[in-house]
Amino acid sequence: MKPIVEVNNLSVEYTRGDQKVGAVAGVDLHVGAGEILGLVGESGCGKSTLGKAIVGILQGADGEVNFDGQQVSKIGRGQRDAHFRNLQMIFQDPYGSLNPRRKIGDQIADGPRIGGISKSEALEKAASLLERVGLPRNAVERYPHQFSGGQRQRIAIARALAISPKVIIADEPISALDTSSQAAVANLLVNLVEEFQMGLIFISHDLSIVRRISDRVAVMYLGKIVETGKTEEIWNSPAHPYTKALMSAIPHADGKAFIPLDLPGDVPNPAYPPSGCRFHPRCPLAQGECASREPLHVSLSDGRKVSCILQEAGSAPKTLTF
Amino acid sequence: MTLLSVRNLTVTLMTASGPADAVRNLSFDIERGQILGIAGESGSGKTMTALSIMGLLPYKGKASGSINFDGEELVGFKPKDLRRVRGKDVAMIFQDPMTSLHPMLTIETQLTEHLRHHRKVSKGEARARALELLDTVKIPDPKTALKAHPSQFSGGMRQRIAIAMALACQPKLLIADEPTTALDVTVQAGILKLLDELRKSQNLSVIVITHDLGVLSALTNRLMIMYAGAEVESGPTSQVLTRPRHPYTQGLIDALPDSGANGKRLIAIEGMPPELGKFPTGCAFHTRCSFARSECKSGTPNKVDIDGIRRIFCTVDPFDTPAGVNR
Ligand SMILES: Nc1ncnc2c1ncn2[C@@H]1O[C@H](COP(=O)(O)OP(=O)(O)OP(=O)(O)O)[C@@H](O)[C@H]1O
Ligand SMILES: Nc1ncnc2c1ncn2[C@@H]1O[C@H](COP(=O)(O)OP(=O)(O)O)[C@@H](O)[C@H]1O
Ligand code: SF4
Ligand code: SF4
Ligand SMILES: [Mg+2]
Ligand SMILES: [Mg+2]
Repeated sequence: MKPIVEVNNLSVEYTRGDQKVGAVAGVDLHVGAGEILGLVGESGCGKSTLGKAIVGILQGADGEVNFDGQQVSKIGRGQRDAHFRNLQMIFQDPYGSLNPRRKIGDQIADGPRIGGISKSEALEKAASLLERVGLPRNAVERYPHQFSGGQRQRIAIARALAISPKVIIADEPISALDTSSQAAVANLLVNLVEEFQMGLIFISHDLSIVRRISDRVAVMYLGKIVETGKTEEIWNSPAHPYTKALMSAIPHADGKAFIPLDLPGDVPNPAYPPSGCRFHPRCPLAQGECASREPLHVSLSDGRKVSCILQEAGSAPKTLTF
Repeated sequence: MTLLSVRNLTVTLMTASGPADAVRNLSFDIERGQILGIAGESGSGKTMTALSIMGLLPYKGKASGSINFDGEELVGFKPKDLRRVRGKDVAMIFQDPMTSLHPMLTIETQLTEHLRHHRKVSKGEARARALELLDTVKIPDPKTALKAHPSQFSGGMRQRIAIAMALACQPKLLIADEPTTALDVTVQAGILKLLDELRKSQNLSVIVITHDLGVLSALTNRLMIMYAGAEVESGPTSQVLTRPRHPYTQGLIDALPDSGANGKRLIAIEGMPPELGKFPTGCAFHTRCSFARSECKSGTPNKVDIDGIRRIFCTVDPFDTPAGVNR
């Protein structure tokens, strides 16, 4: 499958006071038309930053992003040409990304109107999109503050879909929804991917939904992709200790499988990333050399890539136990 | 012992097309040291229920019915008295911890000012208490943390600080509205453990509002499911989640990503969520319910008591079979 988005050696550095924060540190990834890539990792590991850098709205991003055959340059959101409007992001924070003083309908209609259709047609489109995400058509007439958290999240989704993009980067798009609404929105996204061969990067901390809908997953830790490959293979045999830890911390509705695995502490401050393998201070399988040597990102025999000294290039993934 | 007793709570909001009831005739109790979960349709009135207990409804919003908190009736309370209760006896944390934190002030300033606002304590005492609080919520190195600003912490740590702030005046009830929605599974596990420890050590009562049935299952004793502003089912959490009796609850569980196998397609409840101000008559779920009969379309749905500890509001009660729900 020829990738529609290809990211090479992407890095993002924020400046926080006099500190430099490397929130994304040399990421390679790709997604094909008609493919869903799940991007997972703890909060603070750089998922949102990576998403924003891919759509080209971050200062201080370094590296290369190709979209549909062209390089995404670092341009402001207002000035992007028609080509890049086909690359849309659904932002994690639906409060911050909606303008509180403008009607919902006008905000959704903006995109299609720039694309050249009349105002009434654009508003009609907005109303039917709202319906598709489970909101009443007359929501076009209302303002963001009149909606609940989950309703605002769906408005943000409708806005991104309004211009029929070729690729969507969806940052936690369904985390604030009840399970049935989650299912409805996830089905809508999957339909768009299959029907229009859209590419989707689905950022989520809900691993059970990522498992269900993504073709491939990329696991991110402290600015780096530590493991990536086909979803089922990774689920069946996680090759990176961090992947395994993430997976065992999923709470289940029957309460039984809830094992809050104690990864000590939070993701470290990316301003001071640990030496060697960035995961070593929290890794239950860390070896002496992990603190000094950064593991290579190697390909295993099943095609996945992983950065951990316990795995050997070209071999099958070794089972991890802890 | 019952700490909070809500009876026939109705919350009326002002919408573009006039007043509309976002919460309808809701009744529930919380015992001391108990964790009650509330889940349900997005837009079903969970946050409005919480805000009415806090006395923080949106502009022109009005609560009626009764909210009895520790012997005091909160509905119709004067703003001055509400301020006394809010933040001291009842505290709330939100999905976005920055709702309760000021971005420009140090943690020390925020915690000590909050303490001194509600209690007569010296600066020194307030600082000591602030350190103790940060320790309670497991912030590493509390002394350094006091000097820092919220932006210097990760999302999980900020939520812990927001919890410390909420706990400052030793509230009897903590309302957590989607406290872990923005957090990933590992951080989430830590926050959940913390809430449970606080419940045990301080005999704190907690209301947790979340869509995450896994979180509810791990943390709560009792669970209430809401649809269109009203309760549809409540009971011990494990029973409600493993043997739901209301068709809407069953729909929520069927929608989970790990149930049913149909490729990438998940099982969503058919139809549209109801619109505020235009809730269907009778059982509000009848427009989407596959068990609906004509009698569901008018009147109020039957209240069915189950074993004295559970109840559903459903006229048909389709899962009341000898074998229970057979799934
Ligand atoms: N300020 C407001 N003015 C008018 N209607 C409002 C206002 N705030 C919320 N609503 C409406 O009230 C209803 C209940 O909202 P509430 O925030 O309690 O929902 P919720 O159950 O918390 O949903 P979610 O799970 O999405 O957070 C929704 O239909 C919402 O659109
Ligand atoms: N505007 C910003 N300025 C400085 N640091 C930031 C900014 N946005 C995010 N960060 C930091 O970058 C890191 C990655 O953040 P983010 O991309 O939001 O992670 P995720 O989406 O995985 O939770 C975090 O340490 C965060 O605090
Ligand atoms: S390289 Fe070492 S510290 Fe890093 S994940 Fe592998 S075993 Fe753990
Ligand atoms: S009362 Fe009727 S419509 Fe409502 S949930 Fe029960 S069966 Fe369905
Ligand atoms: Mg994020
Ligand atoms: Mg809410």
